[in-house]
Amino acid sequence: MKYVYLIFSNLKRKKLRTGLTLMSIMVAFLLFGYLAAIRQAFDAGVEVAGADRLIVRHKVSIIQLLPQSYEARIEQVDGVDNAVASTWFGGIYQERGNFFAQIPVVPEELFDMFPEYIVSDEQKAAWLATRTGALVGRGTMERFGWKLGDRIPINATIWRKKDGGTTWEFDIVAVYDGAEKGTDTSQFFFRYDYFDESRANGHGLVGWYTVRVSDPDRAAEVAAAIDAEFANSPQETKTEPEGAFIQGFANQIGNIAFIIISIMSAVFFTILLVAGNTMAYTVRERTSELAVLKAIGFTDRGVLGLVLGESLALTLVGGVLGLCLAMLLVSMGDPTDGSFPVFYMPASAVVVGCGLIVAMAFVAGILPALQAQRLQIADALRR
Amino acid sequence: MFNWLSQVVSVTQFSIRSLPQRKGSSAAALIGIAGVVAVMVGVLSIAQGVLKTMQSSAGDSNAIVLRSGSDTEMMSGLAGDDTRIIAEAPGIARDADGAIASPELFVVINLPMRSTGTDANVPLRGVQATAMKIRDNFKMVEGRMFEWGLNEVIVGKGARAQFAGLDVGSSIEVGQERWPVVGVFEANGGLAESEIWVDAAVLQPAYRRGNSYQAVYVKLDDRAAYEGFKDTLTSDPRLNVKPMRESEYYDSQSATVYNLITGLGTLIAVIMGLGAVFGALNTMYTAVSSRNREIATLRALGFRAGPVVISVLSESLLLAFVGGLLGAGLAWLAFDGYRAATLNWASFSAITFAFDVNLRLLAEGIFFAMLIGLVGGLFPAVRAARQPIAQALREL
Amino acid sequence: MTDKKVDGTLVRVSGVDKIFKRGSEEIHVLGGLDLEIPRGEFLALMGPSGSGKSTLLNLVGGLDRPSEGAVEIDGQRIDKLSDRKLAGWRARHVGLVFQFYNLMPVLSAQKNVELPLLLTKLSKTERKKRASIALDIVGLSHRAGHYPRQLSGGEQQRTGIARAIVTDPTLLLCDEPTGDLDRKSGDEILDLLQALNREQGKTIIMVTHDIHAAARASRTLYLNKGQLSTEAVD
Repeated sequence: MKYVYLIFSNLKRKKLRTGLTLMSIMVAFLLFGYLAAIRQAFDAGVEVAGADRLIVRHKVSIIQLLPQSYEARIEQVDGVDNAVASTWFGGIYQERGNFFAQIPVVPEELFDMFPEYIVSDEQKAAWLATRTGALVGRGTMERFGWKLGDRIPINATIWRKKDGGTTWEFDIVAVYDGAEKGTDTSQFFFRYDYFDESRANGHGLVGWYTVRVSDPDRAAEVAAAIDAEFANSPQETKTEPEGAFIQGFANQIGNIAFIIISIMSAVFFTILLVAGNTMAYTVRERTSELAVLKAIGFTDRGVLGLVLGESLALTLVGGVLGLCLAMLLVSMGDPTDGSFPVFYMPASAVVVGCGLIVAMAFVAGILPALQAQRLQIADALRR
Repeated sequence: MFNWLSQVVSVTQFSIRSLPQRKGSSAAALIGIAGVVAVMVGVLSIAQGVLKTMQSSAGDSNAIVLRSGSDTEMMSGLAGDDTRIIAEAPGIARDADGAIASPELFVVINLPMRSTGTDANVPLRGVQATAMKIRDNFKMVEGRMFEWGLNEVIVGKGARAQFAGLDVGSSIEVGQERWPVVGVFEANGGLAESEIWVDAAVLQPAYRRGNSYQAVYVKLDDRAAYEGFKDTLTSDPRLNVKPMRESEYYDSQSATVYNLITGLGTLIAVIMGLGAVFGALNTMYTAVSSRNREIATLRALGFRAGPVVISVLSESLLLAFVGGLLGAGLAWLAFDGYRAATLNWASFSAITFAFDVNLRLLAEGIFFAMLIGLVGGLFPAVRAARQPIAQALREL
Repeated sequence: MTDKKVDGTLVRVSGVDKIFKRGSEEIHVLGGLDLEIPRGEFLALMGPSGSGKSTLLNLVGGLDRPSEGAVEIDGQRIDKLSDRKLAGWRARHVGLVFQFYNLMPVLSAQKNVELPLLLTKLSKTERKKRASIALDIVGLSHRAGHYPRQLSGGEQQRTGIARAIVTDPTLLLCDEPTGDLDRKSGDEILDLLQALNREQGKTIIMVTHDIHAAARASRTLYLNKGQLSTEAVD
């Protein structure tokens, strides 16, 4: 790689111009990395969704409740391992902006259905022993600086208490961590018995069921069977795989992938112009030098390689810097303060980013490189 | 003073006339700026579109009454009797049929989106006849109005466009029944266009709501009537309600989505803008260095530094202006009026909207472009003016 | 591989024409030229502007191709080589010295001299060593780390010469080597060239305007309107 020195020396020629082009490239890749994290935030739930889990909800509308009695009937359906009921509590902690999900469940059921929530045995026992106990995800614990033993008041917007009040109080007795990077650790679970006893209305009604099937390959079949069980009843169900359910929500927010790809295309296109322009100028100004190199004995292809090498060196430094900066920015956390419980830059972004670096180097540098290749020595020296 | 001005003019003319020589790099900077402006305007037009949907021209002289403690209709619940008491409050406009107060039921129904095929939560609103009088310019544009008492529905223009199965003649599934879609309505681009409407008396039994509603929409005599109206309701011991101006209500609903998109959009625009600034600086430095000898000669002849700075700057600003215009125009052509749907975080239901590339946005875009041009031209301009003349003259 | 002719002729140019196209016009720069240069000669080429001296130099150096005729160097027909082979040939057999030095401004003197060696298979240490030797020969060792902009005209040209000889080429071609230098520096350069010719037996072809420079050569030829002669035409 003896030519590396020559390539980098040539970039030093107009330090300012090289620097500015480098900055533009860095910015493009910074955006690329950051948007990849945002896209991942929308996709994360789908990725870690259990392949063997289904969601059963009211067919007409997600806000409709289902009878608790459905649980036993669902578990009777062939292929079903276990069914767990959850309900949307929808309360507010201090102010609207502090959003996180609160969900009443039966503790043992939760542990069985969601092995990705890791809790120590003693904390599990503590939760089973405390009626008003809450199991809180690490993310939310850290966000508000809560500690085990804290008493947390939450203002209900949907569920009033029997005594007419809207403030529910919980004691944090357990904390859970996620098994995978994409696991949501922002949720707040509390006990269903406490919930059902204290709520003013809606007894015996739950929001949705999470179902585990014994054979993931039969998931579609089992889903249909569950829906058939409740067809023509007053509360019909719609059952779909957990991943599809979550994807549906993301789709409602918008076609995120499309928007992000469109933006990135626009960005890369414009940066490509800048980089290509710089390379073109570099070659144009140096015709006599390139001619001398050829005179000394560098082949036409050698000179082509040199120019492409410069283009690559430029985009490599800029691109790597941009990706690193993106990683830094992403590590500073969720920019929307709560809407993205999971926020990180996926490894695939780095891989794709590197590929784009090489592609950009080629596209920006190929025309000037070809020009350099075709340079006629005698003509160029004469100029 | 005149001398100085004429210097500015001649140097500027000279530099702009020599632009075609540098068309390669000028074009690059121009397109770069156009790209930034187009993306910025495009993304922000989403937020503007959502905002526009969430506004109504009568905003301040309409009011909404929810149960106290509720933030959205979804969470609220009002007994039928309460809604009658509310309708008797002072300040409500009246016509031949009585008080223009509309008790309404708000639920959500699952329908697949046309674009992805996955389900969306579409608002289904149970109304009475007064509802039409309160919404902005409500009118049927296709089919006919539903018949009161029957299981018929009408759909908003936006809902029909975004969700499958809402054309006139098809029907929606509610529980065991199928309710036919008999007409399409529009309401000045407002929120109602994302919804499906049905007779409240038909919706209540279907959703087991008895004689309850969720909100009362009210048209007031005028803006000023609100205070009296509100005080009467909050001091009535029979009621436990939360009145709001319609505009306030919509603001609170749209806040999350609007802030999210505006925040992200601005972040993206700033980052892209940074890239464009570097690109512009690049171009301008190159522009300046390629004319170093000319500029130095002018200065040697006696032209002052100031006019030189201004000429370089004006070239940069001109490029930026044209680029900004191009980008804004592109954004307007590509995005304005493009229909889409997103999620209303407050009620977890879908709202349809159209991208809105309005004049304010276009102006902001061009202003941003000029800012890029200014920064991109300032440093090269100053450098050109301060370089020692002798050195510049010697450069080949 | 052509057989090497064991006679002392290094350069043999036969029946060479060179035609340039400028737009739709054809310009005959060289016509039916013949030239033989023996090994070890120091040849000066003189003539008015546009006479084709540089063109002839370019043809001998393999920097350009004749429109007609043959160019044979050390028994090899270089006009028949492909572009790629020609590049390789130049790297091994020719050293070039230019009027405006043509050094790379981003490299130090040392690195500039090493440049042709990048095309060989020598190791880094070997390259450094050879470059140092070449710089020593031209008397510039103490300025090896300096950049062209920090060197005087004369020093830059000496660097150029060092670069030209670092590969130990068969032929040294100089195009107006003293054209941009003052008398004193120019003389130093010519001293150097003469030394290379006499002490190291380098064959040198020098194009020049300057009679004093030509006087240093062992033979002078005059080029006028594409024809060679041993006498100057006024």
